[in-house]
Amino acid sequence: MINLAGRDILNGWGKFAFTGVGLGLLIGVTLSMAGIYRGMVEDATVLIDGSGADLWVVQQGTLGPYAEPSSLRDDVVRSIAGLPGVAGAGNVAYLTMQVSHGTGEARVMLVGFEHGRPGEPDHLVAGRPVTRGHYEAVADEKSGLKVGERVRIRRHDYEVVGLTRRMVSASGDPMLFVPLKDAQEVQFLKDNDTLVNERARTAANPAFNRPGVPGLLEAVQASQAQSRQVNSVLVRLAPGADADTVAENIRRWKRLQAYTKAQMEEILVAKLIATSSRQIAMFLVILSVVSAAIVAFIIYTLTVNKVREIAVLKLIGATNATIGGMILQQALGLGLIGFVVGRIVAGLWAPIFPKYVLLIPGDAARGFAAVMVICALASVVAIRAALKVDPAEAIGG
Amino acid sequence: MKLKLPQGRSLAVGALALAILLGLAWVIASQGPLARVQVTVAEATSRTLRPSLYGIGTVEARRTYGIGPTAAGRVLRVLVDQGDRVKAGQLLAEMDPVDLDERLVSTRAAAERAAHSALAAQSALVEAESRSRVAQSNAERYAELRRTKFVSQEAADARRHEANAAIAARHGAESALAAARDETHRAQADHAGAVRSRAHLRLASPVDGVVAARLAEPGSTLVAGQMILQVIDPASLWVRARIDQGRSGGLATGLSADVVLRSRPGEIVAGKVERVDLVGDAVTEERIAQVGFASIPAGARIGDLAEVTLRLAAVESALAVPTAAIKRAGGQAGVWMLQGGRAAFRPVTVGAETLEGFAQVVSGLKAGEGVIVHSSRPLAEGDRVAVSASLVRAAP
Repeated sequence: MINLAGRDILNGWGKFAFTGVGLGLLIGVTLSMAGIYRGMVEDATVLIDGSGADLWVVQQGTLGPYAEPSSLRDDVVRSIAGLPGVAGAGNVAYLTMQVSHGTGEARVMLVGFEHGRPGEPDHLVAGRPVTRGHYEAVADEKSGLKVGERVRIRRHDYEVVGLTRRMVSASGDPMLFVPLKDAQEVQFLKDNDTLVNERARTAANPAFNRPGVPGLLEAVQASQAQSRQVNSVLVRLAPGADADTVAENIRRWKRLQAYTKAQMEEILVAKLIATSSRQIAMFLVILSVVSAAIVAFIIYTLTVNKVREIAVLKLIGATNATIGGMILQQALGLGLIGFVVGRIVAGLWAPIFPKYVLLIPGDAARGFAAVMVICALASVVAIRAALKVDPAEAIGG
Repeated sequence: MKLKLPQGRSLAVGALALAILLGLAWVIASQGPLARVQVTVAEATSRTLRPSLYGIGTVEARRTYGIGPTAAGRVLRVLVDQGDRVKAGQLLAEMDPVDLDERLVSTRAAAERAAHSALAAQSALVEAESRSRVAQSNAERYAELRRTKFVSQEAADARRHEANAAIAARHGAESALAAARDETHRAQADHAGAVRSRAHLRLASPVDGVVAARLAEPGSTLVAGQMILQVIDPASLWVRARIDQGRSGGLATGLSADVVLRSRPGEIVAGKVERVDLVGDAVTEERIAQVGFASIPAGARIGDLAEVTLRLAAVESALAVPTAAIKRAGGQAGVWMLQGGRAAFRPVTVGAETLEGFAQVVSGLKAGEGVIVHSSRPLAEGDRVAVSASLVRAAP
C-alpha cells in the first residue's frame, strides 16, 4: 500500500515545504515570546543565585536592595557576621548607571563587593578576578566590554580584568563588579562642583563657622564628604543552619530586615517584575491564540485547495478513512516541520535579542504538544469538508 | 517550483530534510539540558611568582609645622607667603602687641628708678657708717675721761648711747640698701619678662622649609592654637598608602614600591616602605604604610592621589594556576579538574597570589595537570564539559 499523504506531499513538495517554513517562523515567534517571558523571570532569579547569598539583610521596613532603595552603615556586617548560624557576611552596594567606554556607552548595574565575601562574581568566562583593592572591574560580557578595556566611572578609570556571563540585574542590565570602597565612592561621593558649592554653603552657615571655635568648619566639612553606607549585607549560612531562624534573629535583635532566598524570589518575581512579566504573558496568550488560528486556517485552506484531487480519489473508490488519514498525516507533518523550523529559528535569533531569551525544554515540549493538537483539530474540520466533497466534482467542475 | 527531474527533486527534498535535521541536532547539542558547559583549561606550570600588595594613598609631608600664637590676639603682620622658602629662626609673622610696648617702657623706667634708689641707699649707708665711727670714737674718749674723773658719769653714758644709736642706724641703712637692691632685681626681672612676652609675639620658623599654607591675614583675630602659617620640609614628602587589611599579608618596612601619581599617570616612581603605622584604620579596615620616594618627583604636591604597588619577595619555581581557576566551596579552596569529560572538584592549598592573576598551589596539584579556568556557567560536580580555546570572541 502506498502512502497517499507522502505521495501527495511529494507532488507539491515546494508549496508544502514553504508553508511549513512559514508556519515555523510563526511558531518561532511564539516560542521566542515564551522565551522572553522566561528570560525575564530568569533574570530575576539569576540575580539571587548569582549573588551567592542565603540571606539578604537590608534597611528595616524596605524591600531592598533590588526592589527598593536600602541604606545601611557598613559596620553592620560585623555584628551580623558574629551571629550564630552565619558562615560569612559581605557588604554590597548596588547602583544602576550609564558608563562610557572606548566604543560607546553601556547601561550597567554597578556592584561593589568585598574580596572573599558573599557577593563576589562566582565564575568567569575570560580574564581573572579582581586582585587589586581599587580601580579594577569584572564586567558581564553583555555590557560589550572586553578584557583590558578601560571604563570611566565618575572620577576614575577602571580596567576591566575579567568577564562573567549571565550576571544581570532584575531588569536585565549587565553587572559591573568593582571593589566595595570604589562603589561606595561612586554611589555617595558627589561631583566636584557640588562638593565645592556644599563647602561654601557650610562655610556661610554661622552655626558651623563660629569665630570662637577653630576647626569646627573643617570637622563638619570632613564629615560631609565621607561615605559609610552600603545597600545590603549578603549572608552565607553555615551548613545546617536554618535560614528562617537566622533571619528572625536578625529581624528581632538587630532591628534590620532580613529576607531568605524564597522571600527574595517572591519579591523579585511577584513584585518587581510583576507588571511587565504579566504584560508579556498576556501578549504570549494572544500570540498563541492567533498562531493556533493561523495554523488551523492554513491546514483548512491546503485541504480545500485539493478538492479536485479528493474528488478523484473518491471517484476511484478511496474510503473515507484513507482520505481522512491522508489529511491528518499531512497536517501533523506540517505541524512537525513547523515546530522544528520554529525551534531552530528561535534558537538562532535568541542571542540577538538585547535582553535574555530563555528557551526551556518544557516550553518546547508544551509548544510541540499544542502544535500537534491544533493541527489535529484543524485537520478534523478539513476532513469534514473533504468528506462532503461530491465525487462528481472530479469530472464536472 | 516544481522540479521535473526526479533525481534533482529527491536531492532537494533530501537536502532540505538534512538541513532541518542538522538544525535540530544543533539545538539539542547547544541548548537545553543536554548541552555541555563550555570551559577553558590551563595547565599548572612552574614559574616565578612576584606577588605584590596594592593600595592607594595621598602625598603628605612627614612633618608639618603649624606656626601660630599661644594666646588669643590679632595678627599684626605676615611676612611670607605660600611657597616661600624660610630658614630656621626667620621671622615669619608678628602678633599685635597691644600695650606691651608701653609696658616695656614702664618696666624699664621702674627698673631704672629702683637702681637709683639703691644708689641713694648706698649713700645713706656711707653716711651712717661715718656717723657711727665718729660716735664710737667720742664714746671711747668720754669713757677715758670718765676714768680720770674729768667728766660726769651722765655725760659718758650719753656718748655711749649716741654710739649705740649710730651703730643701729648703720644696720638700718645696710638693710635699706639690701631692700633697694632686691627691688632693683625685681624691676629688672619685670622688664626682662616684658621683653620676653614681646618677643613671643614675633613668630619665627622652627626649621628650614617651605611655607605650605598661609591661613590668616593681618588684622584677623585668632585664638590660642590657631595657625597663621604652615611650614613643611619639602624633602620629607612621602605617600601615606592605605592597604586593605585582607590583602596586606607581608607588609613590612623596607619593601620596594612603585608609586604612580594621579597627576602623572603612566610614570612609575620608585619608592620604599619607610614605616608601617602601628595603628591602622579600624573603620575602613585598612593598614597604613608610609612610602618614601627614592627621589621626590618634581611637581609632586601634598594631597596628590597615588597608586602604590609594593613588591613582595618573589616565589621561585612555584606551581601556579590562573587565579580565576581557584574556587571556594564551603570554605575550602580548590580547583575544578577535567575527568573524562566531566568536572570534578579537587581541594588545594593556595599560597602566594599575584596582581597579574596567578596563584601558587602549595599542595593538591601536580605540574602539567589541567585545571578549568573559565566556565560558561557555575560548575557542579559531574557536569559534562566541552573544552574550547576561548569563551568569548576575541577583541577586534
